[in-house]
Amino acid sequence: MEEIRSTLLEILEGLHPDEDFENCTELVDGKVLDSFDIVTLISDINDEFDVVISADKIVPENFNSLDALCELISSLMDED
Amino acid sequence: MENNVLSYLDAIVKRVPDKVAYANEKEGYTFAQVYEQSHSIGTYIHEKGLYRKPVVVFMEKHPKTIIAFLGVITSGCFYVPIDEEMPQSRIDLILENCKAELIICDENTKKKAETFHYQGEICLYDEIIKTPEDAKALDVIRKNALDIDPIYIVFTSGSTGVPKGVVACHRSVIDYIEQLSEVLQFNEDTVFANQTPLYFDACLKEIYPTLKFGATTYIVPKSLFMFPAKLVEFLNEHKVNTICWVVSALTMISAFGTFQMVKPEYLKTIAFGSEVFPIKQYRIWREALPEASFVNLYGPTEGTGMCCYYRLERELQENEPIPIGRPFQNTEILLLDEENKLANEGEICIRGTAVTLGYYNNPQKTSEAFVQNPLNTAYPEIIYRTGDIGKYNEYGELVFVSRKDYQIKHMGHRIELGEIEANVNTIEEIKLCCCVYDGEKGKIVLYYVGNITSRELVTKLKSMLPRYMIPNHVEQLEEMPFTANGKINRVLLKNMYKGEKKNGRN
Repeated sequence: MEEIRSTLLEILEGLHPDEDFENCTELVDGKVLDSFDIVTLISDINDEFDVVISADKIVPENFNSLDALCELISSLMDED
Repeated sequence: MENNVLSYLDAIVKRVPDKVAYANEKEGYTFAQVYEQSHSIGTYIHEKGLYRKPVVVFMEKHPKTIIAFLGVITSGCFYVPIDEEMPQSRIDLILENCKAELIICDENTKKKAETFHYQGEICLYDEIIKTPEDAKALDVIRKNALDIDPIYIVFTSGSTGVPKGVVACHRSVIDYIEQLSEVLQFNEDTVFANQTPLYFDACLKEIYPTLKFGATTYIVPKSLFMFPAKLVEFLNEHKVNTICWVVSALTMISAFGTFQMVKPEYLKTIAFGSEVFPIKQYRIWREALPEASFVNLYGPTEGTGMCCYYRLERELQENEPIPIGRPFQNTEILLLDEENKLANEGEICIRGTAVTLGYYNNPQKTSEAFVQNPLNTAYPEIIYRTGDIGKYNEYGELVFVSRKDYQIKHMGHRIELGEIEANVNTIEEIKLCCCVYDGEKGKIVLYYVGNITSRELVTKLKSMLPRYMIPNHVEQLEEMPFTANGKINRVLLKNMYKGEKKNGRN
């Protein structure tokens, strides 16, 4: 889980080096991430963790915080 | 003959006054409301003494924004839409260029507008629609209208760091709407879902056909473009049958298996443009909606919206780019080679009413791209040189090949890499910088030399550039690589980025 977290943080900071992703819990609702970011993020996650995020998982709740994203990825990795 | 886009509104308000013209997820405005409010706005502007002048519309994306555009036109002026999310320094450049004397705001944008470097007046939409209509005055304005007078200025990326204002006239817009409507077969039952921003020419596709036919346009909330299943549900809820979206918005839906969950039930016409639609994604769409018609559109802002179309009917090869097809009627495409002769492959040049009037208050840039047709030495005739290279394929269809310069298309937005560099270079700590684009991954990559962290750099850039122009990857270098003739080695930088991607994160 720690590994997922740090890789994910790197990806997110690559998108917006100026944002505090460790503590933000409103990435979507607070408009930190926009639609371009979500698309990039999903494709980066796919490349990095080899998991596919399907449309039913692409909902605001799963993208609002680093923790939520970590949980999403680890649950998808467990499914394999 | 129509010589003003308002003729569409005049006719339709008599036919279907109570039908909803423009709506968002919360509220809708009927044609009668659109008519009344735009006439009040027109009267207000007229009473301010403004005529044939630019009027800035600085509002959140909302049906009212469209009505404000129509109100500006009603006064005999032309509208200049500005993105509410655009950073202030860029807005200041735009205001300086167009020298507007009036800005129309809503409650939410007014505060920001008050901070602009701007001496003119700021007014509130909700206030000015209370102005009693002066029908007589508006009538005189219409009687004196010419179809070569401007209807809008929209600002597009400029390589020197200063945005260029493309100014279009009524005749070009009417010509575009007539041709587009025929190609995409709009009618009074058309229900549009608007995706594109209202501050570009892309939204002409919905705004004016809605008036022409008495159709309805729903403005899709921006946030839905992050969540594909909800987006499709929105289309179904409003029985949307026609969309004209940028490719990245369509890909957003198809790439994540959305159609296995929910399909657009009413969608019949899907037009797309601004970027190349990957065949794989197109096939997913086609499979989900086998009965729908798919049309690729191509055209620069300087050619008034779109000027070429391609209906996807024959089977395309896996690696075949979707053609841009053929020009609309009343438009001609010339492919000119380096000697300005017609060629099978060359620069795409546009001839016809679609060619806009030029760049506002910028004769130098105008004369570089809006030029005398080199094939005609007999009388003045302006064509627009797009800077795009095109060719004809074996079927005689036009195909986009590449750009002549450093202009890119990123998430549907047209961006000059030079504009990003020019802005980066204004930051004190920066010694050198270079922007490259990885088209495959769709990433803008910025390399720089200078004593500043990438974090600080991005923070500063966000106050200068619109969000879609912020580089996706920013990297500091000890020194910039140069080519033998002393130019920054872009090819090497691009390969460097691609190499890094392959070897994992740095």
